[in-house]
Amino acid sequence: MRIAHYLNQFFGGIGAEEHAGVGLEFRDGAVGPGKLLEQLLGDGAEVVLTIVCGDNFAVEHQADVTAAALAKVRDTIADLFVAGPCFDAGRYGMAAGALCSAVQAQLGIPAVTAMSEENPGVDLYRETLHIIDSGTSTLKMRDVLARVASLGKKLAAKQTIGLPHEEGYLPRGLLRDQLGKQTAATRLVNMLLAKVRGEEFASEMSPTAFAPVPMPAAVKDMTKAKVMLITDGGLVPRGNPDRIEGTAATRWGAYNIEGRDDLRSEDYEVSHGGYDTRFVQDDPDRLVPLDALREMERSGIIGKLHDEFLSTCGRSNPLSNTRRLGREMAEKIKRDGVDAVILTST
Amino acid sequence: MQITSALPIAKMVGSNRVVLGTGIVHVTGDAKLPANDEKELRRKLVRQALDALQSSEKR
Repeated sequence: MRIAHYLNQFFGGIGAEEHAGVGLEFRDGAVGPGKLLEQLLGDGAEVVLTIVCGDNFAVEHQADVTAAALAKVRDTIADLFVAGPCFDAGRYGMAAGALCSAVQAQLGIPAVTAMSEENPGVDLYRETLHIIDSGTSTLKMRDVLARVASLGKKLAAKQTIGLPHEEGYLPRGLLRDQLGKQTAATRLVNMLLAKVRGEEFASEMSPTAFAPVPMPAAVKDMTKAKVMLITDGGLVPRGNPDRIEGTAATRWGAYNIEGRDDLRSEDYEVSHGGYDTRFVQDDPDRLVPLDALREMERSGIIGKLHDEFLSTCGRSNPLSNTRRLGREMAEKIKRDGVDAVILTST
Repeated sequence: MQITSALPIAKMVGSNRVVLGTGIVHVTGDAKLPANDEKELRRKLVRQALDALQSSEKR
């Protein structure tokens, strides 16, 4: 088996943080953790290419680095692409995730990486990739690489991949059909009995975990601040020009409210299949409180109300999608120089 | 900041500044109130929202 392996400047042996700016390098053969990986894979497995890049360089030039690495991996004719382990190194994780996902999607070569649960690369790539849970301690390098090797072999051989806890990768948030031996009712009662008896049981539903969101700084002077209104309640101009879906929306819109003191029923409609929209339809200010904010703009309580409000529909939407919508909105908010946002959620 | 009537969801996702709205079907209104009272309620909610934005305390 031929393996291409990605390492950052530290594990690639160039140096620590002061070398995070070094550019992309290609080396023949295994380097650092790659040597151990070869051993653990056994069966004549060979790391034929090691790609090394500084963490800062990789993140700052992600598109170029990915393109150059892809071309090199394509020429190498690898059976498996491995990146890391990255542990809790965030930039390393983001670069590893970007490369693995590009190699997998564009070259059709299976890829595996390893990170700790808190690594931002996990949030970005967990659905696309198999990411071995590395924990945060580099002392566990050998154990982590053993799991990378075992999963990598299966991926390369196109074998069936077991559940996250069986293979050691982080849950991907994907649902897979499976034939059960017992009905849901029986499983549920068994679980309940186990709980009552104080025995161990495993729920079949895992609650979604949300990483803490850092609190943005308070607005210092509201009388100078530009305030924007956003809603996930699906208020759109009549005719729904952006065709925002009333469930699992893939889009959001920005709608001009310049010079308006009030949102009138005849100008708007609601694209949201999750609540009784008649009250908002009768008076859209019940969802997007433009009238009250316009008064406060006039009386100088706020500096300015932004000329557009943003809207999407927040109903039954996969997190990967809502995160993208949020990121896109955040980019616009920054671009438009907005200081504060009021988001109304149904 | 977020005005919402689905407080458990706001808490679950980790919203830092939350003001409780007046119902899922009219977050910043109340169809049961006369128009003037409803508008006054909306002003109050928006003032609370602006207060939250100017505060460093999680709420």
